[in-house]
Amino acid sequence: MIQDFLFQAFAASAILGAVIMVTRRNPVSAVIFLVGVFFATSGMFLMLDAHYIAAINVILYGGAIMVLFLFVLMLLNLGHADWRDLRGPVGGLIGGSISIAFLGVLTRLFVGGTDARPVVEIAGSALREAAAEQGVVGVVARPLFTEYTIVLEVTGVLLLVSIVGTILLARRERT
Amino acid sequence: MNPVTGGAFVLATVGKVIIFFSVLMLAVMLATIFERKVCGFMQDRSGPNRVGPWGLLQVIADGLKNLLKEETMPAQAVRPFFLLAPVLGILPATILFAVIPFASPLPTQWGLVEMIVADVPIGFLYVLAIGSIGVYGVAMGGWASGSKYSLLGGLRGSAQMVSYEVALALSLVPLILLTGDVRAPEIVSMQQTFTAGPATYATWFMFPLLVGLFFFFVSGLAETNRLPFDLPEAEAELITGYHTEYSAMKFSMFMIGEFAHVITVAALVTVFFLGGWDIPFWQGDNIRVLADGTVIGEPTWWKTLLTLGAFGVKTSLLVLVFVWIRWTLPRFRYDQLMDLGWKFMLEAVTVYILVIAFVILGIEAVGIPAGGWYAFVLFLVNLALAGVLFFAMDRGTLIRGGAKGARPGGGDAAEGQGG
Repeated sequence: MIQDFLFQAFAASAILGAVIMVTRRNPVSAVIFLVGVFFATSGMFLMLDAHYIAAINVILYGGAIMVLFLFVLMLLNLGHADWRDLRGPVGGLIGGSISIAFLGVLTRLFVGGTDARPVVEIAGSALREAAAEQGVVGVVARPLFTEYTIVLEVTGVLLLVSIVGTILLARRERT
Repeated sequence: MNPVTGGAFVLATVGKVIIFFSVLMLAVMLATIFERKVCGFMQDRSGPNRVGPWGLLQVIADGLKNLLKEETMPAQAVRPFFLLAPVLGILPATILFAVIPFASPLPTQWGLVEMIVADVPIGFLYVLAIGSIGVYGVAMGGWASGSKYSLLGGLRGSAQMVSYEVALALSLVPLILLTGDVRAPEIVSMQQTFTAGPATYATWFMFPLLVGLFFFFVSGLAETNRLPFDLPEAEAELITGYHTEYSAMKFSMFMIGEFAHVITVAALVTVFFLGGWDIPFWQGDNIRVLADGTVIGEPTWWKTLLTLGAFGVKTSLLVLVFVWIRWTLPRFRYDQLMDLGWKFMLEAVTVYILVIAFVILGIEAVGIPAGGWYAFVLFLVNLALAGVLFFAMDRGTLIRGGAKGARPGGGDAAEGQGG
C-alpha cells in the first residue's frame, strides 16, 4: 500500500534527519535538520490519520520553537562556531556506551516485544469514525473542553507561572 | 452527481496542481507590474511604460534580465543554506494555495470535481502550519549571507513574523467559533444561503466579524513583510536586509515569494471573510458538498467560471489594498512594531475572542438560530467594538513618536498613523 510505503519513508527520513542532526557541529545546521525531523514526524502522524497532531506539531515545534532556537543562535552569533560537545576519549566512551544501551533497549522492543499493530489498527479505526463524525479538530477539542477541562486549566496556569518566573529572573534591577 | 474518486480523482488533482501553479506564477508576474503601475499612479508619474503595450512586457524583460545576470556567491556565505534560503522563501507561499477553494465545484462526466487542490481535514490549521515556516527563508537568508546587514534583517524578520503569527492565529478563533469547522470549503459554504442542510449564516463574515477581519489583515500584512511592516528590508538602515547579498534569480525568488505571499494572504482574507467564491446577491451559486458526499445546489460549468471570476476580482481588490497601503503609510520604527504586536494586538485579539464567545453564548441562550439575524447581532457588536478600537483607543496612544521631549522642538507630539 502507498500509505505504508509513505509511512516507512517518513519514518526513515526522521531517523536519518535525527542522526544527521546530532552529528552536525554547526548549531544552525542542527536546527535545520531538527526542523526536518519534525516535518517527517508530522508526515508519520498524517499517515496514522492524526491530522490535528500533525498540524500542531508543525505549528508549535517547526514554526515557533525552532524559529526561536534559530533566533537565539543568530542573535548570539553562535552559528559559525564548531566546538565539539564530546571531547577526548572519555567523553566518546561515555557517549558511545549510552547510545549502545539505547539501541539495545529499542532492539528489545522490536524483537522481543508484543506486536502493537492490532492495537494501532483498532485505535486508528475508532479515530477515523470519530473524525468523520466530529471533524479532526473536534476529536481532540471535545474531550479537552469537557472531560479534561480542569487538567487543561491547571496546565495553563502552570505555563503562566513559568512565563512569569522567566520574566522575573530575566528582569533587570532598576538602577 | 457524486464527487470524483479513484483514477479520475488523481488525474483531476494533478491537473489542478499544474494549472493552479501556472496561474499563481502568472498572477505574481502581473502583481509586480500592477504594483509598479499603481505606485506610479499614486506618485503622479507613468510607471514602467517602455516595454510592450502600457509597459506590460516589463515583467518578462525583468525576468529575462534576472535569469541572465551573474549569480554572486559572497565569500563569507554558508553555501548550502545560502542556496536553500530563496527556495524556502518561495515554497510556503505557493503551497499555501493548496487549501484555498477558488470556484464552485465543476461537474464532469466522471463526477464532481471540487475546485480546491487539497481539501485537507485540518483546513486552516494547514494554513497556520505552512505560514509559520515562511520565516525560515528570511532567517536563513539573513544568517547564511555572512553579512551584518543581512543578519540584522534576518533577526528582525524572524522576531516580527513570530510575534505577529500569534495575533494571526488568534484572530481566526472567532471565525472557528462561528463555523465550528476548520475546512476552507465549509467556511465558504457557511457564508452562503442554503434552504437545506446544516444552518449557515447567509452573509459574508466581514460583517459579523468585522474586527476579526481587521486583525487578520494587519497581521497578514506583517507576515508578508510589506510596508508598513517591512523592517527586515528597511533600505535606509539595512541596505535591503536579508536579501542584500542575493543577486539575479536568487533575489528574484525572494521577490516572487513575497508577491506570492501577498496574493495568498489576499486569497485567505477572501475565503475567510469575503465569502470566498460566492457571488453576492445571487443565490444560484450556492453549491455545497457535504461530508457524506451529498451535493446541495446545481453545479454547472458556467457557474464554476463565474465564481472563479468573483474569487479573482475579490483577491485582486485586496492585492490593490495591499499596494495602496504600501505607498500610503510610512514604515514603523522597530519598537513601535513590537509594541503594536505584543502590547496591543495580542491583548486586543484576546479580548475580542472573549467578547465574541460571550455574545455567541448570549445569542444562543436567547435562542436565535444560526442565520441572518444571528450574524446581524454580531455585526452590531462588532460595529461597537470597531468604534471603541478606532476612536476611543487610538488617540495617539498606540503608535507615537519618541518619548516626551525626545524629539527636537516637539514636546508630546503623538502621531496617530492609522489603526
